[in-house]
Amino acid sequence: MKNAEKLKTVVFLKRPESLTDKEFTYCPGCHHGIVHRLVAEVIDELKIRERTILVAPVGCSVFAYEFFNVDGTVAPHGRAPAVATGMKRARPDLVVFTYQGDGDLAAIGTSEIIHAANRGERITVIFINNAVYGMTGGQMAPTTLIGMKTTTSPYGRDEKRDGYPIHIPEMLKEFKGVAFLARTTVSDPVEVIRTKNAIKKAFLAQINDLGLGLVEVLSACPTGWGMDPVEATRWVKEVFSKEYKTGVFVDKVK
Amino acid sequence: MSEKLMVKGTEAIGESAIRAGCRHYFGYPITPQSELTEYMARRLPKIGGVFLQAESEVAVVNMLYGVSCVGKRVMTSTSSPGFSLMQEGISYMACAELPAVFVNVMRGGPGLGDIQPAQGDYFQATKGGGHGDYRMIVLAPSTLQEAVDLTYISFDIAEKYRNPVLILADGMIGQMMEPVEFPEFVDVEKLKEPDWILNGADGRDPRRITSFDIDPHNLEKIILHLMEKYRKAEENEKRWEDFMVDDAEYLFVAYGTMARILKTVVKLARKEGIKVGLIRPITLWPFPYERIEEMAERVGFILAVEMSTGQMVEDVRLAVKGKTEVLFYGRPGGVIPSPFEVLEVLKKYVKKVRV
Amino acid sequence: MERSVIVAGFGGQGVMFLGQVLSLAAMFEGKHVTWLPSYGPEMRGGTANCTVVISDDEVASPVVDKPMDIIVMNIPSLLKFEKIVKEGGYIFMNTSVIDKETQRKDVEVVKVEANKIAEEIGSSKIANMVMLGVYVAKTKVVKPESVFEAIRKKSKKEFIDMNIEAVKKGLEFLRS
Repeated sequence: MKNAEKLKTVVFLKRPESLTDKEFTYCPGCHHGIVHRLVAEVIDELKIRERTILVAPVGCSVFAYEFFNVDGTVAPHGRAPAVATGMKRARPDLVVFTYQGDGDLAAIGTSEIIHAANRGERITVIFINNAVYGMTGGQMAPTTLIGMKTTTSPYGRDEKRDGYPIHIPEMLKEFKGVAFLARTTVSDPVEVIRTKNAIKKAFLAQINDLGLGLVEVLSACPTGWGMDPVEATRWVKEVFSKEYKTGVFVDKVK
Repeated sequence: MSEKLMVKGTEAIGESAIRAGCRHYFGYPITPQSELTEYMARRLPKIGGVFLQAESEVAVVNMLYGVSCVGKRVMTSTSSPGFSLMQEGISYMACAELPAVFVNVMRGGPGLGDIQPAQGDYFQATKGGGHGDYRMIVLAPSTLQEAVDLTYISFDIAEKYRNPVLILADGMIGQMMEPVEFPEFVDVEKLKEPDWILNGADGRDPRRITSFDIDPHNLEKIILHLMEKYRKAEENEKRWEDFMVDDAEYLFVAYGTMARILKTVVKLARKEGIKVGLIRPITLWPFPYERIEEMAERVGFILAVEMSTGQMVEDVRLAVKGKTEVLFYGRPGGVIPSPFEVLEVLKKYVKKVRV
Repeated sequence: MERSVIVAGFGGQGVMFLGQVLSLAAMFEGKHVTWLPSYGPEMRGGTANCTVVISDDEVASPVVDKPMDIIVMNIPSLLKFEKIVKEGGYIFMNTSVIDKETQRKDVEVVKVEANKIAEEIGSSKIANMVMLGVYVAKTKVVKPESVFEAIRKKSKKEFIDMNIEAVKKGLEFLRS
């Protein structure tokens, strides 16, 4: 009994099979690593690694295919849902997920995500919202908060000039093709577990042939925000998630 | 070969693609090729294929990218403005080495232009319409039977070179009807799955298909590898037609619909004692430079005729290397030069030379 | 032998269909043929036209600047195309709709009250097939049997008999 428990603990701490041995190259305090691990754990638990395809975006997670131990490609900026649509329509037996940032999904790729959601594509979308364009150096994203300073809104985001923060799940929840839709954070252990559960349901929405599953994860970008990792994580909890309310918007998986 | 059927060009291309084993089509309506999209919408669901009308041509090309990643034959068709929107994805596909077949039924441009037949997309098709060092293999049919035949082999060519292939037609090829014979159906079940596709890392290391390498030395290697393939295509894929060139004293060079019209001009001119011939490039890339250079040494001048203000003529000049005079006549914007119109132009230049 | 014809009329007068039936009949006889439509906004309500080239050899240009024949179903079509008919060519004119004379003196004009004849069979909609019958009788470019076969192939089932009858009326027209 004791040995079994010990073994269980060891298994829990093991690197998920769905991650490669490559160490994450993300900045200190970036939440991509946590989300990567959660996605990998879900793929392991659902025993779908051998038939899962990743569509990585353009952005910081452009290298995601190096970290996931699954077949993968990189879509043109914003087009991941269209690439995933092609894959899934041609090979419905595969499990296809996209991993996209806020610039990718909520700016240049709005058309693709909206129509993939509306068609109810059997794909899973992991949407990382960190309020800035990370890879290009912290420019304003459509999800940047009002008043927030970025390299392209140096005096703060002005709604008269730049419009308002885009709320993707609130927008997509009306589409009948969507089977699971949630917004979470990974800013504390309870939230991490919630995020993992949501990711699992977003995959089940696909696997059970229900429709599109999407999880928006509010993530820290300490580099882009000019904060230290602890401060950034606190900011997610205290400021960022005030604008973007966490919760489950659609759940047909149950 | 089956019996002859009277079909529209767009439908001829669609049916030929299906017979070549294409079961995946993604499209967006645009004149003058919507009948091809409609044909696939009718036909594919009945034979277990996938048809999807996408939200834009931008989405279309990326759906092709996805299908190609998982190793299935896939095509789309569009017309000039729509083809412009696909350039981003084609550049990605060329770098990621993803085969697919594109059809551009050209109409008048630039801009929204008009919907009449034109040849103004030659530069875009042959010189790389998207960013970066890449090529598309470009096939230009001039009859419906040739549209059928080229479409049929285009999938093999795309897979052989792991590169997008373009059928470059125009509104006339798309809209006209002509009897054609269709080739046999390829048995889709027997098509071999390539060993590079994404189909799940089951019992093997994961595969990655990307158009990306952050290290310039690595990216250089990728591009040089592409160039190696393109050199092979240049060696193996050049196609053209000689028409009455053996005794020709003057030479036309034209492709597609324009070349077909020029065949009438060649016949009319010969009735008036002007020995003119025609070289019709069938592959616009790779372009048959050598054949045109050979002819340049034998003729008084070369007259390139296009339904544009002069694009292919630049390749003709590259081929000729100054060995003879290269003249041009063209009508842009969807105006089709008529046989007698071109005949008059030819006669004018012949008169100049003879004087 | 190579013969070209432009068929023109209002959208809805069945000029495209006329051209397609003629083309198909030619194909059945093993001839080379091209059918080239005008397309675009013209197709919807305005004037529509198609060019048919029938030949013993491969058709070079499907675009014809001087057709041997024109079949015109309305005044705008007559005005547009009478100028380009080859010398010694033919103008087939639907005089139920066209109450004008052609300016050309160097061509043969065949006048047919096509709507009237068509109505006698049942509907002015098949005036196009009457014109086709007259055209085939005059030019002998294809055999009547081939035209009937083409109609059987191209028509909706319920219109086959009516269309064939209209062609027959056209074939007889020149004799009467």
